[in-house]
Amino acid sequence: MPSSNTIRDQAAIVGIGQTKFSKSLGMSEYEMAVDAIFAACEDAGISPREIDGLVRYDMEQTDEEQLLSVLGNPLLRFFAGTAWGGGGSASVLVVAASAIASGMSETVLVFRSRARGKQSSYGKDPKQGGRYWEKLATSLPGLNQWHVPQGLVSAFQEMAMISMRHRIEYGTTDDHYADVAIAFREHAMRNPHAVMRAPMTREDHHASRMIADPLRLYDCNIETDGAVAFIVTSVERARDLRQPPAVILAGAMAAGSHHIRMSSMFERPWEDESPVRVARQLYEMAGVKPREIGAAFFYDFFTSLVIIGLEQYGFAPRGEGGPFAANGGLSWQGGRLACNTNGGQLSEAFIHGFNNTSEAVRQIRGSSTAQVEGCDLVLVAGGNTDPTGAVILRRL
Amino acid sequence: MAHGSQREQHLTQDLPLPQISRDNAEFYAAAARGELRFQRCTPCRRFRHYPRPACPYCLSRDFTWELSSGRGTVYTWTIVRGPTLPAFQDKLPYNVVDVLLDEGVHFQSEVLDCAPEEIHAGMPVEAVFVPVTDEITLVKFRRQA
Repeated sequence: MPSSNTIRDQAAIVGIGQTKFSKSLGMSEYEMAVDAIFAACEDAGISPREIDGLVRYDMEQTDEEQLLSVLGNPLLRFFAGTAWGGGGSASVLVVAASAIASGMSETVLVFRSRARGKQSSYGKDPKQGGRYWEKLATSLPGLNQWHVPQGLVSAFQEMAMISMRHRIEYGTTDDHYADVAIAFREHAMRNPHAVMRAPMTREDHHASRMIADPLRLYDCNIETDGAVAFIVTSVERARDLRQPPAVILAGAMAAGSHHIRMSSMFERPWEDESPVRVARQLYEMAGVKPREIGAAFFYDFFTSLVIIGLEQYGFAPRGEGGPFAANGGLSWQGGRLACNTNGGQLSEAFIHGFNNTSEAVRQIRGSSTAQVEGCDLVLVAGGNTDPTGAVILRRL
Repeated sequence: MAHGSQREQHLTQDLPLPQISRDNAEFYAAAARGELRFQRCTPCRRFRHYPRPACPYCLSRDFTWELSSGRGTVYTWTIVRGPTLPAFQDKLPYNVVDVLLDEGVHFQSEVLDCAPEEIHAGMPVEAVFVPVTDEITLVKFRRQA
């Protein structure tokens, strides 16, 4: 049994806010962050001055000082950052819930802002918008010194290597990849916020250009600008606010497995991969089984990693994520498991996982454009090749 | 200035290379001599890569830099078709492989003189050394004879 001293049922997402999503918005990450944060406060029915906690990615460019100065100088008493980019897309909620459960904070702002459309570069630094990997330093001190000089310069190429190994071991196919891409595109076609809303056929998927074998263009997340923000508060306070709360039923984090730096990949057994460990902790804390989950949100940076995520989070046996996704397996209606009902990062927008969390909250509120009937429990998983985390949300 | 030209102006043009540090200096000094060397734990005898100050298996701080056979097999691979950095543009499409060396460590590299359609998992390869600067020699692979 889980300890009584956990984050179980202690905090809830009570506000969601976002900018428009677009391949180029012509705004700074700072501006977009403020837009999304104000929208989240408005959604929750609170003033930005009520924020007393802040959780962001450590790579986020808009820092505490920049935020305080535009949010009316709220009295911040807790602030933290999560590491490893998209691996932390659900961990930010685990940290926020921890702050609330421990009494360190009552109302926590969580946000991500990215001007990362290809044409949104506005400076020389890799963090100044556009594609970070096009502006890499030429003298590499970190772990990427082991693969970048060999020509493996970007996440999509690293993930291609991981995806290829899954095909070598389990026979995952282009058709399985297409099943993921098409299901998510069909979800995006129902979602007015989605950037990619044209229909996609299996033939369209297979005809899209190969980027890094086995990943084609339509296996890759889109490159967009946008920001998303959440307001997280105690369940007690959530009852009095404007929106139906999305309660964080359980949350878990794990580091120490396959991560984005190829040089330490493939050294550990499957059971020790961080998403597999997160899943074990998460279901135990929640007291639920995978089959009880109404909708799941995987960190869909690539179709292949959704397939691997289905296995890591216990929806399909190891190696059978591809067949699980086949024939509309991930569709909001009639699928084996409704996944990424916003269109995900493959078709809605790439806000480092945060746009998937917004949609998870909409599923709990009953306001999705691809609403799953009787959706009481939703899984949100962070990027599953990094140190990672996940949460299960429930209705109050 | 238009966004497009901003982007072009800031692209990394030169080949990114490792920065020599206290942790990796032995590796690159060996490579410059035409040797592939990895850290090997003194008590438990296991090899490791990337270089690090303790054994991930037994936590010992004692290790030596030992010569690798340079032989292994392709564990996984990709063919990079682009986009990529300007420094690699002329060689598109090119392979990148993860080699599982006979000593049990994984190493990312490239198989030279091998057409994209010939790369496959399990392919036996051996190390070759390609000097790039006075300081940096990259370890590449070729098919075993």
